[in-house]
Amino acid sequence: MSDHNYTPKSKVGKWFNDRLPLLSLVNHLTDYPTPKNLNYWWTFGGILTFCLITQIITGLTLAMHYIAHADMAFDSVEHIMRDVNYGWLIRYIHSNGASMFFLAVYIHIFRSLFYGSYKAPREIIWILGIIIYLLMMAAAFMGYVLPWGQMSFWGATVITNLFSAIPLVGEGIVTWLWGGYSVDNPTLTRFFTLHYLIPFLILGLVVLHIWALHVPGNNNPVGIDIKKPSKDTVPFHPYIVIKDTFALLMFMIIFAFFVFYSPNILGHADNYIEANPMVTPAHIVPEWYLLPFYAILRSVPDKLLGVIAMLSAILILAALPWLDTSKIRSAVFRPLYRQFYWILVLDVLVLGYVGAMPAEGLYLLIARVATAYYFAHFLIILPLLGFKEKTLPLPFSITDPVLGGSANLSMAKNDKTKG
Amino acid sequence: MKKILLILSTILISISTTHKINSAEKVDLLKTEWTFKGPLGKFDRASLQRGYQVYTEVCAACHSMKYLSYRNLMEKGGPEFSEAQTKAIAANFEVNDGPNADGEMFTRPARLSDKFPMPYPNDKAAQAANGGAYPPDMSVLAKARKGGVDYLYSVLLGYEDPPQGVNLDEGVYYNKFMYGNKIKMPKPLEDDLIEYGDGTPATEEQMAKDVVAFLMWSAEPHLEARHKMGFRAIIYLTILTILVYFSMKKIWSRVETEV
Repeated sequence: MSDHNYTPKSKVGKWFNDRLPLLSLVNHLTDYPTPKNLNYWWTFGGILTFCLITQIITGLTLAMHYIAHADMAFDSVEHIMRDVNYGWLIRYIHSNGASMFFLAVYIHIFRSLFYGSYKAPREIIWILGIIIYLLMMAAAFMGYVLPWGQMSFWGATVITNLFSAIPLVGEGIVTWLWGGYSVDNPTLTRFFTLHYLIPFLILGLVVLHIWALHVPGNNNPVGIDIKKPSKDTVPFHPYIVIKDTFALLMFMIIFAFFVFYSPNILGHADNYIEANPMVTPAHIVPEWYLLPFYAILRSVPDKLLGVIAMLSAILILAALPWLDTSKIRSAVFRPLYRQFYWILVLDVLVLGYVGAMPAEGLYLLIARVATAYYFAHFLIILPLLGFKEKTLPLPFSITDPVLGGSANLSMAKNDKTKG
Repeated sequence: MKKILLILSTILISISTTHKINSAEKVDLLKTEWTFKGPLGKFDRASLQRGYQVYTEVCAACHSMKYLSYRNLMEKGGPEFSEAQTKAIAANFEVNDGPNADGEMFTRPARLSDKFPMPYPNDKAAQAANGGAYPPDMSVLAKARKGGVDYLYSVLLGYEDPPQGVNLDEGVYYNKFMYGNKIKMPKPLEDDLIEYGDGTPATEEQMAKDVVAFLMWSAEPHLEARHKMGFRAIIYLTILTILVYFSMKKIWSRVETEV
């Protein structure tokens, strides 16, 4: 990390820094040379850090009042909503915070896809990101179970039952996961424990994610390697700090609208009915951020193959740096990839939509086509595109992108506004 | 590119039309003016007080409200009965207490700290008394149904004679808005079923509106505080965002790149 020498000015600082180079780390973080052409899609890293910390702080507070017991969980959540000082605020920040977290992470992932941030030498950053994303889904799913409403209970039942698709040992694994013969109190207490643990695992992985990022430095909208520090870079502080703060505040305004004016719009009404193992809700649907994968799961008629398809849909992302054979990072210089990129965005949105609908008739057909396309994008289109595509000429540097006329610069600039 | 756009738009159109077909099967809910909607929405105190009267004189015969205590009735942002009124209301109800010094259970008039009494000793008794259907607890009912307050209001006013060809069993009623159109609760409201303390004519619509407003408050007792804080938080964030925006412009003016 010490890619430059730093000596604290004060004697005490020097004494301390020689023993634990914390001040060198701070200096590295403030001076960290950042490409100056980063657009607002690059502010979501900071936003996601804010989301994680918000979830941890509100979560700790909720845990002080919540009771992880099948007979008392629902009551304790109502106690938080009614009698705990500002309990309603803390809970609504936490529940909507999960959605905002996923909103931000999807933008972050799709930014990476557009600008090829997953390509060499940033594969490890990308894979760490995928692991964080997987852990986020686990944490969110278990968190949704904790209020012990109808959707909590039946969502937990459906998702844990997926493990029964594993041949031979499936049933045994499900019983082991439940801690009994159905979703019940033992399931709730272990979900609470894991829900409490995972955010701290994510926090550790985020440190690694940023560490890995600081080795090669940030990718940028033009996608070419830059010298650092140089006239192409600015120090992280104050330039990126102030820009990230501005973007974060805009994000917080949207966040506040959900928390204060429609705190339940992203949830499901059935989750305000206490869990009842004797009554199955008419439609069991997961939270919106898991819907595309739910659609993939249901589009395969066989249970085991459906589970495999759903898991592959996520894990395939980890192989992306090697599936994408193009040497060019940014979609700005890849006219064909750019079109396929937007089709993929639409494909995922369509999957999300059909995931919320009953799996029958036209919806099922659309889900199947969209699932097939999702895999085709990664397994067929991307590997072929690297060989077939005629890419545009790359500029020499981000401040001097004039090779082959100024067309590329204007493209890069247009790109800031749309994507 | 044009081809792709054409394909995409076809997909989108086909999705939106299927959506329309689906929504055509649904009945539009009845709408009424709710004072608590919107960024500065507040409850109408008089309406909440009347709503409590409807609940306690009509609904409470079968429906519990297990998360509410009498003290809630005098808290800020709710019906805001005076302390004396609330104590008088509570004193009308008998609650079980004990054991006393002799080890005996006894009943006494309710106090502010007591929860609303349950109409039935347990769920099975509630089901047995209502033809097998369990009357749901009403504490969070306004949040526990799709459509929320509009849905509850519509169900209360949605009783009709069954259309031709629909045969109903004994103790089952036809309701235009109920899921599946069949409901085991008999029509609960009739004009002048109760007499409002404040002299408001007790029409069916008025009672439905008042009691549903009361249920919204019971589901979200801090709704007014939330709206008020949200308004302030968003103004604060907006001003801060503008200030940070100009700071950012100033700082970035040192480099030629636009932000």
